[in-house]
Amino acid sequence: MIDYAIPAFLPFFVAAAIALIIPHKFRFALILVPIVNGILLYTSGLNTANISWQLHNFDIQIMDVDKLSLMFAYLFHIACAICLIYAMHLKDKLQLVSGLTYAGSAIGAVFSGDFITLFIFWELLAVTSAFLIFARKTTAAQNAGIRYLIIQILSGVALLIAAIMHFNDIGSYDIDFVGLGTTASYLFLFAFGVKAAFPFLHTWLTDAYPEATPVGTVFLSAFTTKVAIYMLARTFPGEDLLVYIGAAMTCFPIFYAVIENDLRKVLAYSLINQLGFMVCGIGIGTALALNGAVAHAFNDVIFKGLLFMTMGAVLTRVGHVNGSDLGGLYKTMPKTTVFCIVGAASISAFPLFSGFISKSMVMAAMIEAGHEYLWLMLLFASAGVFHHAGIKIPFFAFFAHDSGMRPKEAPTNMLIAMGIASGLCIAFGSYPWLVYHLLPWDNVYQPYDVTHVLTQLQLLFFSALAFVWLNKQGLYPPELRSVNLDSEWLYRKVLPATGGVLHNAMAFSLHMSKRTFLLFKSLVPKMHINEGANAATLTYRMVIGFVILAVIAFITEIM
Amino acid sequence: MTEQLTILLVVIPLLSAPITAIFKNHLLTWAITLSVSIVCFAISGVILAEVIDGKHVIYELGGWRPPWGIEYKIDSLNAFIALIVSGIAVVSGIFSFRSAPSEIDTTQSGLFYAAFQLCLLGLLGIALTGDIFNLFVFLEISSLSSYALISMGRKRQALTASFAYLILGTIGATFFLIGVGFLYAASGSLNIADIAERFSSFEDMQLVVTAFIFILLGIALKAAIFPLHSWLPNAYGFAPSTVSIFLSATATKVSIYVLLRVLFDLYPIAYWQELLIPQLLLVLGCVGVIYGSVRAWQQVEIKRLLAFSSVAQIGYIVIGIALLTETGLTAAVLHLFNHAIIKATLFIGAGILVYRANSTKLSDLRGFGASMPWTFFAMAFAGLSLIGVPGTVGFVTKWYLLEAAIQQSKWIVVGAIVIGSVFAIAYVWKIVEALYFNSKRKIHIQHVKSGDINIPSASKSMGLALWLGAIACLYFGLFTNIPFNAANAVAKALLGM
Repeated sequence: MIDYAIPAFLPFFVAAAIALIIPHKFRFALILVPIVNGILLYTSGLNTANISWQLHNFDIQIMDVDKLSLMFAYLFHIACAICLIYAMHLKDKLQLVSGLTYAGSAIGAVFSGDFITLFIFWELLAVTSAFLIFARKTTAAQNAGIRYLIIQILSGVALLIAAIMHFNDIGSYDIDFVGLGTTASYLFLFAFGVKAAFPFLHTWLTDAYPEATPVGTVFLSAFTTKVAIYMLARTFPGEDLLVYIGAAMTCFPIFYAVIENDLRKVLAYSLINQLGFMVCGIGIGTALALNGAVAHAFNDVIFKGLLFMTMGAVLTRVGHVNGSDLGGLYKTMPKTTVFCIVGAASISAFPLFSGFISKSMVMAAMIEAGHEYLWLMLLFASAGVFHHAGIKIPFFAFFAHDSGMRPKEAPTNMLIAMGIASGLCIAFGSYPWLVYHLLPWDNVYQPYDVTHVLTQLQLLFFSALAFVWLNKQGLYPPELRSVNLDSEWLYRKVLPATGGVLHNAMAFSLHMSKRTFLLFKSLVPKMHINEGANAATLTYRMVIGFVILAVIAFITEIM
Repeated sequence: MTEQLTILLVVIPLLSAPITAIFKNHLLTWAITLSVSIVCFAISGVILAEVIDGKHVIYELGGWRPPWGIEYKIDSLNAFIALIVSGIAVVSGIFSFRSAPSEIDTTQSGLFYAAFQLCLLGLLGIALTGDIFNLFVFLEISSLSSYALISMGRKRQALTASFAYLILGTIGATFFLIGVGFLYAASGSLNIADIAERFSSFEDMQLVVTAFIFILLGIALKAAIFPLHSWLPNAYGFAPSTVSIFLSATATKVSIYVLLRVLFDLYPIAYWQELLIPQLLLVLGCVGVIYGSVRAWQQVEIKRLLAFSSVAQIGYIVIGIALLTETGLTAAVLHLFNHAIIKATLFIGAGILVYRANSTKLSDLRGFGASMPWTFFAMAFAGLSLIGVPGTVGFVTKWYLLEAAIQQSKWIVVGAIVIGSVFAIAYVWKIVEALYFNSKRKIHIQHVKSGDINIPSASKSMGLALWLGAIACLYFGLFTNIPFNAANAVAKALLGM
């Protein structure tokens, strides 16, 4: 057995560089990169070599391998492979290259052993992924991309500052348990929180993901947030605050998701909701909860990717994903419809689908930890997920009223990618040990017992009943073209307005200081560009220098 | 064995220079010069390896015992400087293969290379000798040959620049000689070690202070320390490209070396501390950094821009010396090395521009980077080193310099370094902007011997020289051990630790 001994992100970067040069028809070979690399990494497992690099007097740990990092690395390999297959129809090299580097950065981030390496990959994640948004080439996408980039880079800067402060406190850059307490730790939480879409810091996600290209959103949904979850699991396991943050994250997006019209934005909100379950799990901190959190991250990448893929297929074929203007697509896109329903079933945690085996772990851990009220919130959130993601998405896109549109079925490569993802969802749901044997913490958990299955089925069917009833009574919020205010209103409206006022106030003082500056500047002697060697002046300077030094020498002598 | 090698460093160029002057064939004279440079480089490397752990190599000329005869006393500082000088000589030798025929009349190439070798000899001699009068002799050899070299520039301004440099250089050398004479009158000796040893016996004489002032001013002019720098931009700006590369990277560095020797080995540190010299140097260094950077930013021509940037970089070195701590001195010595690499690389880039575009005016070169991306990339990289971007050599020295300044809480110095760096970004950006962004009108190139009128072809030897420099910028920026250890050893030795 060969032990894996190169930095795992390297093949991706190399492949991206090669993708730039090779003719476009060879792009299919790129799919091999995550597959081969992933298989090699899997066979090597824990024997994978740790790699660190001595730079000056500082140790850069590029590969720091344990079960947790390996699990996320496997996940990212699977996700990257599926995304690449999904992207094969593209003529646009930019998206392939940035997608590959983006996946590579995510893998680099989960393997990095110190905060400085992490910082580098953290920023790379931001920069490379921004191109997936810019690639949409609409004005809205450009603006959203810029906002996305600003917030992501801000998170990176916070991470760097936190790492330096942390180093001052404990004298090490190693990534380890941090725990809240110091200023540095709050900065860390902020940095990770931005990427993990904590409430009020989540707006970049719902803003940018719906604006990205169909392929771009699939890539985006897989990596950034999961890296943040991974970092939280490493640095803040068992932090009480996270339980409350997580519970809030599961609940508030539901209200937005239910009234939102853009179906990819609905999915973006439901992504936050799923992240909430993971953050809860990390906050509880027991082995069961942590396992649940990372297992849920694992499943979420695949079923959320699947849902984004189906919506991407609709977007590719129809040109928009507004719930109000879709409907009846099942007639011409039957395969996509089936895949969408599989994804919806998984995210709603139907037994035998992948969401069930991980979400129930978090719920069970919540009860064990004694948070009854929070458990009820999660229960509400589970029902809500079923509403907005499990029913609303497939219902409004593929069924509902017939919009009269008859688009073609999705391209073959998309169907293959969605098929693989659907297969994985069902496989993981039916054979939980496929996921469980990768879990880092020691814990035995049996998802399929009578209580779990019954509770979940009751929940699902009663909320389905609620949907049907509300829909029949006309009480369900209709799909409307509208703008929903989220906390991004603060920086997209209030901040510029305040800025405008401040700007006017500043302009005056700026004007004054400019005049003062010019006044001082006019005092500085003007030098001609070609003013240079004048032997006489220089001789003068020598003489003056001599006199000054002689005077100093004389004074110091008599003193 | 190593003792005998030291004298070879001086003897080989001394013998080969007159031989070179006989020939007129460019290829032959070039080959002799390059092989002499390579041999000197190899010897310097051997010597540095010998002395880096604090040993001394002593060679007595003609077998005379030291206070009476001339001795060559090599410690890590000497060897380090000799290595820099001969290394740059090799690089500029490689570069001159194509550049010299295009800029210098072929009938003069023998004389040109002879002068080049003499200049190399003089600079190496300064670096090696332990006798202060002998040092003056070598100083004059290198200066006289460099006047001749500069005057060979293509433009007629080269003659006036060379003449102005001649007068000023002579004034500087005269100051130095007067100082040496006074010191000899006071001490009765010319051997640096001997004078330092018996210093307390004649310390109180007025003559010693006067000698110190004369020597200091003389060297300050040679080293182009602000405000005695103004010969430098013209001299380097109008010299032939090969000469600009060689002199900008070595001449001022060697003068700084002399300054180090005088301040730390000839005179006791406490002696000139009383004369407020550290404070003076610190102020001059800070002002020099800002002044040089601002003036560089104002320039419209690459060579002069680089020359003014040299004035600023010398300011950094002076600051490092004036801080008088181990870290500061290490930074100063390290910067001797780093700045030599960076400036040589940039001047090579400028030389390629002269060769290809027959101009170094920024306005003539708009968009030129597109037709020579590799050259442009190497130049931009060296420019980043000049700014001090992490991962390049420039960063290492600036880091240590800032550390030394912060250790002593000299916040004004920190401020000066930061302001200098900001302006460095500005003037490097001027080059990048000119070369990278297209102009509205097409660039028009005249009087270029190679290639067609739009895109003359570059030569491989120039590219090799350029990339040697650029890679050195990167390599020594990432793997700082070799130069850092050498510089640290030097700093410890100078401070007597």
